[in-house]
Amino acid sequence: MFSTLLQEGLDDGPDFLSEEDRGPRAVNVDLQTDATLQVDISDALSERDKVKFTVHTKSTLPNFKQNEFSVVRQHEEFIWLHDSFVENEDYAGYIIPPAPPRPDFDASREKLQKLGEGEGSMTKEEFTKMKQELEAEYLAIFKKTVAMHEVFLCRVAAHPVLKKDLNFHVFLEYNQDLSVRGKNKKEKLEDFFKNVVKSADGVLVAGVKDVDDFFEHEKTFLLEYHNRVKDASLKSDKMIRSHKNAADDINRISSSLYTLGTQDSTDVCKFFLKVSELLEKTRKIEARVAADEDLKLADLLKYYLRESQAAKDLLYRRGRALVDYENANKALDKARSKNKDVLQAETGQQLCCHKFEKISESAKQELVDFKTRRVAAFRKNLVELAELELKHAKGHLQLLQSCLGILKGDT
Amino acid sequence: MAEQTDYREPEPGRGEEFSPEAEPLNSNGQNSLLEEEEEEEEEGEDLFTEATEEVSLDSPERDVLLSDGPSPVTPPASLISPHLPHNHLYTHCSFDEMEEEDTPDLFDISILVSDPEKVGEGMNAYMAYKVTTQTSMSLFKSPQATVRRRFSDFLGLHGKLATRYLHVGYLVPPAPEKSIVGMTKVKVGKDDSSSNEFVEKRRAALERYLMRTAKHPVLLKDPDLLTFLECSELPRALSTQALSGAGILRMVNKAADAVNKMTIKMTESDTWFEEKQQKFENLDIQLRKLHCSLDSLVCHRKELSVNTALFAKSAAMLGNSEDHTALSRALSQLAEVEEKVEQLHQDQAGADFYLLAELLADYIRLIGSVKGVFDQRVRLWQRLQDSLLLLQKKRDAEAKLHANKPEKLQQARDDIREETEELEGKVQQGERDFEQISKTIRKELFRFEKERVTDFKEVIIKYLESLVQTQQQLIKYWEAFLPEAKAIS
Repeated sequence: MFSTLLQEGLDDGPDFLSEEDRGPRAVNVDLQTDATLQVDISDALSERDKVKFTVHTKSTLPNFKQNEFSVVRQHEEFIWLHDSFVENEDYAGYIIPPAPPRPDFDASREKLQKLGEGEGSMTKEEFTKMKQELEAEYLAIFKKTVAMHEVFLCRVAAHPVLKKDLNFHVFLEYNQDLSVRGKNKKEKLEDFFKNVVKSADGVLVAGVKDVDDFFEHEKTFLLEYHNRVKDASLKSDKMIRSHKNAADDINRISSSLYTLGTQDSTDVCKFFLKVSELLEKTRKIEARVAADEDLKLADLLKYYLRESQAAKDLLYRRGRALVDYENANKALDKARSKNKDVLQAETGQQLCCHKFEKISESAKQELVDFKTRRVAAFRKNLVELAELELKHAKGHLQLLQSCLGILKGDT
Repeated sequence: MAEQTDYREPEPGRGEEFSPEAEPLNSNGQNSLLEEEEEEEEEGEDLFTEATEEVSLDSPERDVLLSDGPSPVTPPASLISPHLPHNHLYTHCSFDEMEEEDTPDLFDISILVSDPEKVGEGMNAYMAYKVTTQTSMSLFKSPQATVRRRFSDFLGLHGKLATRYLHVGYLVPPAPEKSIVGMTKVKVGKDDSSSNEFVEKRRAALERYLMRTAKHPVLLKDPDLLTFLECSELPRALSTQALSGAGILRMVNKAADAVNKMTIKMTESDTWFEEKQQKFENLDIQLRKLHCSLDSLVCHRKELSVNTALFAKSAAMLGNSEDHTALSRALSQLAEVEEKVEQLHQDQAGADFYLLAELLADYIRLIGSVKGVFDQRVRLWQRLQDSLLLLQKKRDAEAKLHANKPEKLQQARDDIREETEELEGKVQQGERDFEQISKTIRKELFRFEKERVTDFKEVIIKYLESLVQTQQQLIKYWEAFLPEAKAIS
């Protein structure tokens, strides 16, 4: 049903997102767009159970065959790219940009199906209204998932080291299917165990007190911050859902008032019709408020939930490297005392030392950047949130006042 | 203007019309007339005819009125005395004239219900409300009166008014509903927000009830209403308890009525009534639907308020753990804004409820009264038909008697003649009753529609004004926040 709607391309759809989002869609991160490599998602198509993103690249880098090109990618390919970063030892010292969440249209599709089934039980106007609403909702989810995939790519493209990654270049340029299948059951199980081990390990590693004040502080900070962001994200979601529910009710009230107005033959019918019209408009505003809060607040919090997890992962890796280093030191001492395999132990120790120091150095920079990015993103979004709330409240107020003026003039 | 001085009832039983045994059966709730009728017929004693007989035998006006004959041109006031002494007919006359000239209400009264106070403890406890009446009308003994009343007093008042006026076609505003659950919570002493809300809801409903009743020109002059508003002591209305014998009887009778309603089929000669009935059916359905949506809105707004508060706390926590000072401060400010917004949502939900939802609930119950009054008219028509049938039978019997032994059965013939004359009188009375109720209903509906229009307009405007206030506050809060957000560096 929706491929026709969306094949026209995102920009032709109803203007659900505010104009501010038309520019670089990376709303949650503050990135300098580097002329040497610019990536964005220029188009997207929603089919039965998958979304196809058109990744568009503009680059002056010599390793690309052309200066401007596009490929079509699916969600699994993004995940593949992300995982390849995580598994790459060389990138252990960087905050890996969090993977975009899987596009989830299930809830929306279910609602649409229910609407289709309940078509007989409501009036034509109600049905068209609800259908429009659900379509708008679907479109909003769609735009969101596009934005999140785009942010991921932009972060990679902005990172001084990751942007040079070969897999990344293949991802951008190779115009055939990457044949990346999603993880099968066995692999998913492996992942699960890996995570269990990691969290157990993480506890151990976290227990090791760090000599470096900076990292010790970051550890405590990130732990607490991550939990609180999680909580704030959940609560903001709930709040926004309630807001949407209230807006839906206003929709139904508007319909009822309209029926009352058409049925009534007294003076008050004019009132009913005017108020019905007013509520129709204010409902749209309320829905926009909820949507904007979703974008500027909820999405921001969700993104930083994922980023703070990625930062925690970095700290974990460093901690792991520290433990390895310390173990290597112990092994070297042991070898020296026994005077056996000293060279092996020495090389081992040197490797660990080197790895640890490399990670520590880049981690420091990464964490500082993380803070800068975070502050900038929050600032941008909070300012935009406040501006949008104001814009909508003023619009709402104007509608109310003009309606009141008309109604009072009548009595 | 005649004041009620020679009230027939004995002083202690003020307000009680009939013998104590009959009393429980007669002071009832909304659809009172029906139950009353059933009881009367079962007892074999038609209290109704008794009353009308009083008028027809004693009232000098009757002859005057009858001599005019049944004419479409406005016959003077109701012949069917609503069980009041005769001097009230005079006041009814003047009311009629006033209405026909369509003069605006010279109506100046305001009633407030306030200060709910719990009296007593445990299951015998009750809430007492202060009722303050301010008026410049001469009907009242003084321009201001304050009394304390409990809920059953209100129900008792309604019962009396309904008994007196519903069966002649006046729209008596229904009393607020009983709530066993709600009251039990209050009695048990649960001092939480839900029982406070319940008391507030009830207080507001009682106030609206009294104002609506007082706005009715006929009801306003009712001695029981005046007593209710002015006298410091009122005998306890006993049969209003939900689980009393009378209460259960009421419920049984209501069920019986429902069955009855379906079996009476009236040949409507007046399309006006048919039209109006259909309109009220439609209105009822729409109002119920709207009320349902409004309930849902109130619920969701309350939910929104709660969730906003939770989010505010969470944002404050986040602000605490944020180590960038300016951002930390901004997040705390955001938390404060959201807290204020939460209060706004709460207030708005209150307005949704008290302004709109309760108005709709009131009107849905009022329409119940309208339907009751229509039903009463149908019932009167039915009685008329029954009387006509009986009359016909008697006449046939009379004729038969004439045909056979005319000389021998003189006594029998006299008896039959008497019975026939009685039935003729009954039929005439029935016709008059039917015409009168039709006329009264028309007037009442006219007034009802006017009031409905004013009520709705007023409430809608108040509601929109509350919405305006909310948005203005929102603007204030976000405008205060914006510079804080911009100050993050």
